[in-house]
Amino acid sequence: MRTGMVYTETVIHLAAEAFAQEVPFQTAIVTLDGGGRVTGRILGERVAIGDRVAEVELRGGVPFFRKA
Amino acid sequence: MRPVAVIGAGKTPFGAFPDLDLRSLAVQAGEKCLANGHVAPALIESFYLGNFAGPSFVGQNHLAPYVSMALGIKGVPSTRVEAACASSGSAFFHAWAEVAAGIYDLVMVVGVEKMTSQSTARVTEILASAGDLTGEIRAGSTFPSLFAMIARRHMYEFGTKKEHLAAVAVKNHAAGALNPDAHLRKVITLEQALAGKPVADPLNLYDCSLISDGAAAVILAPLERAAEFTSKPVRVLGIGQASDYVALDQKEDITTFSAVRAAAEKAYRMAGVSPLEIEFAELHDCFTIAEIIATEDLGFVKRGCGGPYAMEGHTALSGERPINASGGLKSKGHPVGATGVGQICDLVQQIRCEAGPRQLARHSLGLAQNLGGSGATCVVSILGAA
Repeated sequence: MRTGMVYTETVIHLAAEAFAQEVPFQTAIVTLDGGGRVTGRILGERVAIGDRVAEVELRGGVPFFRKA
Repeated sequence: MRPVAVIGAGKTPFGAFPDLDLRSLAVQAGEKCLANGHVAPALIESFYLGNFAGPSFVGQNHLAPYVSMALGIKGVPSTRVEAACASSGSAFFHAWAEVAAGIYDLVMVVGVEKMTSQSTARVTEILASAGDLTGEIRAGSTFPSLFAMIARRHMYEFGTKKEHLAAVAVKNHAAGALNPDAHLRKVITLEQALAGKPVADPLNLYDCSLISDGAAAVILAPLERAAEFTSKPVRVLGIGQASDYVALDQKEDITTFSAVRAAAEKAYRMAGVSPLEIEFAELHDCFTIAEIIATEDLGFVKRGCGGPYAMEGHTALSGERPINASGGLKSKGHPVGATGVGQICDLVQQIRCEAGPRQLARHSLGLAQNLGGSGATCVVSILGAA
């Protein structure tokens, strides 16, 4: 699975209808070690800019990361 | 290329109007504009409608003739332009191009959005369709969350603070409270602005613009014919439109908007003015951080200095370069498709010295910046007394 560094992040408190049941949740743009950036969800502990993260699953095309 | 002037302007108040549908709003603004420009509908040779998401918000499509025919503008080319929150800024750009190129003389642009008939969660979802549905939006991103991530990075790189964001909200509410057509005419304190309900960290409710209904309209004509219609023409001195990736994660640097810089460069060059000559501006404060970055991208301050610039009062009504004397999207309201032309109407009002208690001391050279999505479209217009 892919690894990378958090480029930026936010915790969402007010979501679109489809995600309303999941708030609050954290999203981040991750700079991948293999190059490029991707927007994904953060599982578990909250992360900050500069933190290392590792992808733990790909759900419906969305990468989910955890702090490495 | 012919010099172009705005010869008429008109808008509805921005707000929540349960009794007015999309077409009624557009017609109200259009009729005010025609009256203001002393133009009979039959004289309009081409019509543009700026609208972001009428099909989603109210279910209606084929919107341009739906509006123009109701205004009595019959048989002419009638075209809808969609570019997210920059829809009517872009419509204005294309209308300007038609007049400048000599294709038509009298061209009308109306911007309209009817948003408040939907729940906030549904509005959030419709707005999110201006992002990349195959990536960022599928991950749960909302527009507030995209700008929250921009704010986080700007804070990280430049030391921008929550207080800087709040200062923009306080300033724009102070101006909007003086605007009879503003949606939320409420003065707020820095403490209130800092303590708003969280939306997407670090942004709270006071960092976000409003969900509004409204419409705005202008008529463009060659400068040489302006005197036939009005004693107060306002000249379009420079204009530029530019684009960038729709997805935020595709941009190399999210603390600056390349489309804003590119559109501004074109507009400044055409007008023959430098950023520091601009006396006042209407900037796209969809979120407080967006206004801060716009002041940097437009060259009013150096990169990273937009927060302190706002906090120190330089952009207030009484400051050296007032920004959003209308109240901005934050207080005046943000009926998405109406915003770009609404900004043009605000510049016209100041340049014609018709802004009442918000009238600025220096009001002969103004700039409007209309941003779509998280920066994928930007239109910058520079207007001045003719």
